[in-house]
Amino acid sequence: MPNKVLVTLYGNDVAPRFDLATEVLIAAVDDAGAVHEEKTMVLPQASAEKLCHMVLTEEVRAVICGGIEQEYYDYLTWKRVVVIESVVGSYRRVLEEFARGRLKSGDILFDATVEEANGG
Amino acid sequence: MMGNSSQRGVGNRRFKGEGVRGQAPGAAPGLLRRTRRRPVLSVKPQVTVAERIGVSSWSCMMNFACNSHISGLFDRPVALAPLLDEIPVAIALLDPNRRIVFVNRALEALTGFAYPDPAGIPCAQVMRSDICLQRCPAARLDDPLDPLCLEGDILNRDRQKIPVRVTFAPIRDVHGCLIGFLETLEDVRLLRELDGKIGSAYGFGKLIGRSPEMERIFRILPVIAQSDSSVLITGETGTGKDFVAEAIHQSSQRAKGPFVKVNCGALPETLLESELFGHQKGAFTGAMENKPGRFRLAHNGSLYLTEIGDLPLSLQVKLLTFLDDKVVYPLGSTKGFHVNVRVIAATHRNLEQMVQAGDFREDLLFRLNVVRQHLPPLRERGDDPRLLLDHFLNKLSSQFKKPIKGFSPKSLRILQGYSYPGNVRELRNIVEYAVNFCQEDQIQPRHLPAYLTQAKHAPPPAERAATGVGAVSTLLLNGKEADLNWQDLERKMIMEALLKAKGRRSQAARILGWGRSTLWRKMKHYGLAS
Repeated sequence: MPNKVLVTLYGNDVAPRFDLATEVLIAAVDDAGAVHEEKTMVLPQASAEKLCHMVLTEEVRAVICGGIEQEYYDYLTWKRVVVIESVVGSYRRVLEEFARGRLKSGDILFDATVEEANGG
Repeated sequence: MMGNSSQRGVGNRRFKGEGVRGQAPGAAPGLLRRTRRRPVLSVKPQVTVAERIGVSSWSCMMNFACNSHISGLFDRPVALAPLLDEIPVAIALLDPNRRIVFVNRALEALTGFAYPDPAGIPCAQVMRSDICLQRCPAARLDDPLDPLCLEGDILNRDRQKIPVRVTFAPIRDVHGCLIGFLETLEDVRLLRELDGKIGSAYGFGKLIGRSPEMERIFRILPVIAQSDSSVLITGETGTGKDFVAEAIHQSSQRAKGPFVKVNCGALPETLLESELFGHQKGAFTGAMENKPGRFRLAHNGSLYLTEIGDLPLSLQVKLLTFLDDKVVYPLGSTKGFHVNVRVIAATHRNLEQMVQAGDFREDLLFRLNVVRQHLPPLRERGDDPRLLLDHFLNKLSSQFKKPIKGFSPKSLRILQGYSYPGNVRELRNIVEYAVNFCQEDQIQPRHLPAYLTQAKHAPPPAERAATGVGAVSTLLLNGKEADLNWQDLERKMIMEALLKAKGRRSQAARILGWGRSTLWRKMKHYGLAS
């Protein structure tokens, strides 16, 4: 059964903050490591509570995000959702690493020599 | 110190083993040149280095920042990175695309990102500030002119949201061209906390009260905090001596230093000496290693000696010596250590009586007694018990997640009539007991500890005033009046009743529970009628 994963987005990168993300990508990763059934959802406003609700209603198994507050981290892990936090990088590359089972919290996958900065 | 930082920052931490490690041979060092008496950052040599060694400009700039030296300010060039590390404000240097070039140690501590991990990535990914994501000053300024100061919050790697004040300033080269940004982040958690405290009236630190006695204390405590003198806090058990000591430390200039608490009555004499002053390895059996002692641990902070009245006489001499010359001699050591510590002492004992009994050194009392603050017992704090009952009920009911709205009139009567020999601590414990046992929306007498409802209590102050019993019972409860004879006591009762009634004799008679003629007769008898 494919694993559903949610990535919070900020442009083409993982959003720096879970609570301020207004765009998410939900994808399914099968056992072979292939990513499919991608869909991007735009939220009417940033809300950590609504994102948590979405994670549960969409039956997401893993969340990939940047910073996340302790309260929401605890809630999601309590709901048996794997939270891979403090991830920096383009969502495409992050997803690839996740599909290969190599992504872990704190990973910085930013190829700054190639990519243009999104600014700060 | 600078030398050590320089070694750590530049030699070990700042560079990964890449081709650009260190500075390219022959490359001109980045300079903060002295122009019109103000150093200006010049990056022109760095671009040359980047072109020469063929790496991206940001990674080169990152190394440039670490390798940079400030010259022209001092006799010899000074490394930039260790200098920025010593600044206690979080600082980040960004390139024109707002990617991290350099972060100092304070920013590492605040965000949890350790250099060089954040180097080269967009600052929004490191700062994780709502300002970056929603109102980035650099994004809307094509030609940023002036530094900006904004308030927002960041989310660090410990999953904490921290309120910050962000200052964003452009960095220009000598020709005025934008070459990057300087971003500073100031942790304003303490300020927000203080704002909250200022907003909550009738309080200082964790103390609350609105009786005139407490208001006077709240006025004087900030003044005491700002001085650096030794403080002696006296008061009965449970009056809040520990809270006052901590509040004094937190409001003082030593707030960033340690607050070390030692209970002088908790340890036997030999252990206490070692605990306070430390010991050298081998000073006694079992002294396997050097121990710094609490005095040295409290260096640049405050040492709180609670139950100072229980300090053994031999240690009183040692404390006295310390208060004189500010040097501690660990057990078994001939070498003294100079420490900068403010001593705050507290006791529930009457030190003057102890001095008379020979249990406390008079000269130590004089040295500790520079600033003395007495905390009144709860029974002398007017209507504060009611305020405290409501305060603790709100606090504890939300802590225990109980939907309790208040006290029933009967339970309130019992609580207000109680004398609280254990003071605020006892009151808090009673409320905690009641909150735990209450399953309704009001605390009833049956939810109170049994010793409150089974014992007979004096009526609340309001009723006491109305019936006149209060004046008598208050006088009888007060220990000082125990030595007076009945004549003196009665005279004092009349005086107090007249004072309360503002001179109106009929009202004073009601307070005393006498007829007007009885009062008049007694006033004449005591010579108060004129």
